[in-house]
Amino acid sequence: MMDFVWAFLVGGTICLIGQLLLDIFKLTPAHVMSLFVVSGAVLDGFSLYDRLIEFAGAGATVPITSFGHSLLHGAMAQADEHGFLGIAIGIFQLTSAGIASAILFGFIVAIIFKPKG
Amino acid sequence: MITKENYKDAIKPYQPKPKYVRNAIKAFVIGGLICVIGQGLTVLYMHWFDFTAKEAGNPTITTLILIAAILTGFGVYDKLGQFAGAGSAVPVTGFANSITSAALEHRSEGIVLGVATNMFKLAGSVIVFGTVAAYIVGIIRYTVQTVLGS
Amino acid sequence: MKQGKQSWFFQRGVYINETATVTGPKEYEGPLASTFDYAYSKLHCDGDTWEQAEQNLLRKATTICLDKAGLREDALDLMISGDLLNQNVTSNYVARDISTSFLGVFGACSTSMETLAMASALINSQDSHYVLAAASSHYATAERQFRYPTEYGGQKPDTATSTVTGSGVALLSSQPSHIQVEAATIGQVIDYGTNDPLDMGSAMAPAAANTIVQHFQDFNRQPSDYDLILTGDLSSVGTPIVKKLTYQSGYDIEGIHNDSGLMVYHHDQQIFAGGSGCAASAIVTYGHVIQQLKQGTLRQVLIVATGALLNPIMMQQKETIPCIAHAVVLKRGDA
Repeated sequence: MMDFVWAFLVGGTICLIGQLLLDIFKLTPAHVMSLFVVSGAVLDGFSLYDRLIEFAGAGATVPITSFGHSLLHGAMAQADEHGFLGIAIGIFQLTSAGIASAILFGFIVAIIFKPKG
Repeated sequence: MITKENYKDAIKPYQPKPKYVRNAIKAFVIGGLICVIGQGLTVLYMHWFDFTAKEAGNPTITTLILIAAILTGFGVYDKLGQFAGAGSAVPVTGFANSITSAALEHRSEGIVLGVATNMFKLAGSVIVFGTVAAYIVGIIRYTVQTVLGS
Repeated sequence: MKQGKQSWFFQRGVYINETATVTGPKEYEGPLASTFDYAYSKLHCDGDTWEQAEQNLLRKATTICLDKAGLREDALDLMISGDLLNQNVTSNYVARDISTSFLGVFGACSTSMETLAMASALINSQDSHYVLAAASSHYATAERQFRYPTEYGGQKPDTATSTVTGSGVALLSSQPSHIQVEAATIGQVIDYGTNDPLDMGSAMAPAAANTIVQHFQDFNRQPSDYDLILTGDLSSVGTPIVKKLTYQSGYDIEGIHNDSGLMVYHHDQQIFAGGSGCAASAIVTYGHVIQQLKQGTLRQVLIVATGALLNPIMMQQKETIPCIAHAVVLKRGDA
């Protein structure tokens, strides 16, 4: 049960930070999202993001910050095997399911639906 | 006295301020709830398919993306976005919405030149910055590891 | 005939013989519903694409206007029309089905009065007998061109406006009618350095004030000479600013000012700071205001259509928003 509470609190807090960036610093959504994935990658560079996932679960994996973390994680896993070349091989390995499904579902919805306005 | 020189400051009293606290609370609650749904899905996948928490990650994200894509198609996600702001934009569902909404909007220009070409109009920056950042951090980290390891 | 610095006085007599207004569903739920000639029940306005939807609005308004006037299309000398889309596509595509000379103009949301002023000048100069002045805008075409896809879940601030879906058309000639176009003041491009595309009321207020003040100076008139000064789409943000700016220049318009964008919708219709777009001033002027002039409730009005000459690419290049406003005087004719 505590898993759910932590997921709510941590996930909510990340979104809250995003809202403050939008409202106070007047960033566009594109700027905020870009900043968040970069932060995720940097935090993972110091192995901090994994600790956040350990206790927040989906609260840390669902926000877009985890996209940066997964990119780096995939890259590092392959780097351990193949050296520098591995970074390029592995970078999309863990995020592939997310990107592929977003493309596929986006495509299907675009074919079936009509924008409502 | 409002003049051209002091215009931006002088008109501040007439511009409604963002409702900082209300927006922040809404973003917190909706964003938190989307993560709770994600947590619920993870638990379900772990329970049904004997996945570990890590293995359940991908199906969870995929399910959330599917839900967001469908809600976008039904014209619901933009209304949620107006209410929740970053609360529905920051989770991966917002990423799915930015892809689906761009694809859907450009259906009128055909499947190739419209849907496919414009799909990453909004989400592209996330992938570009994520990849470049991960690449740079990856190189630094691998170099440090190698140097310290040897 | 030139008057003062920036104004035209139509001394030969220019009249609006007929008008037509066509809107989308949301506008029809608003307080001015009874003044519209036709309203589509869906935002798609019987079109497959948003662009077709907007064309249908303009086409329908044109047809209704000519029908009401009992004038055949080939009796027209000229159609002057504009909209918000790149290359004025709505006007161009509707005009290809109308066999008359055509001038496409762009003045962002000031287009409604820009076309009316140009049409009046050409009738006053006797270069044309019958001229159609038209403008249109559509919520979804404007969203997708200037902002985000319509289904994108971005949050808009309270300073944002909501583009009015509609089209307004007026038929002008020198044949006397109840509505006379007496004069026009052509605005200058004014830029006070604002750069928030989601706060166009603030951006346009100085342009509106500039044109209003210039109008009073050119004609040596006072606000009290008018029953109504109607701005286009300054919204609840720009409205108090324009009042303040004109007051500073010695003209108090407090009691007689209204804004089209604030009249089209009810407050609970989720339109943020108000309605905007070419259609805001077009449908309010050619519907409500014309009706009031005919009834005699209003006798002389100044319509000031305001346009933010906004371009998304220029915004991304960190440019500011140039704005313009054109004013036209409508008065009750003696006919």
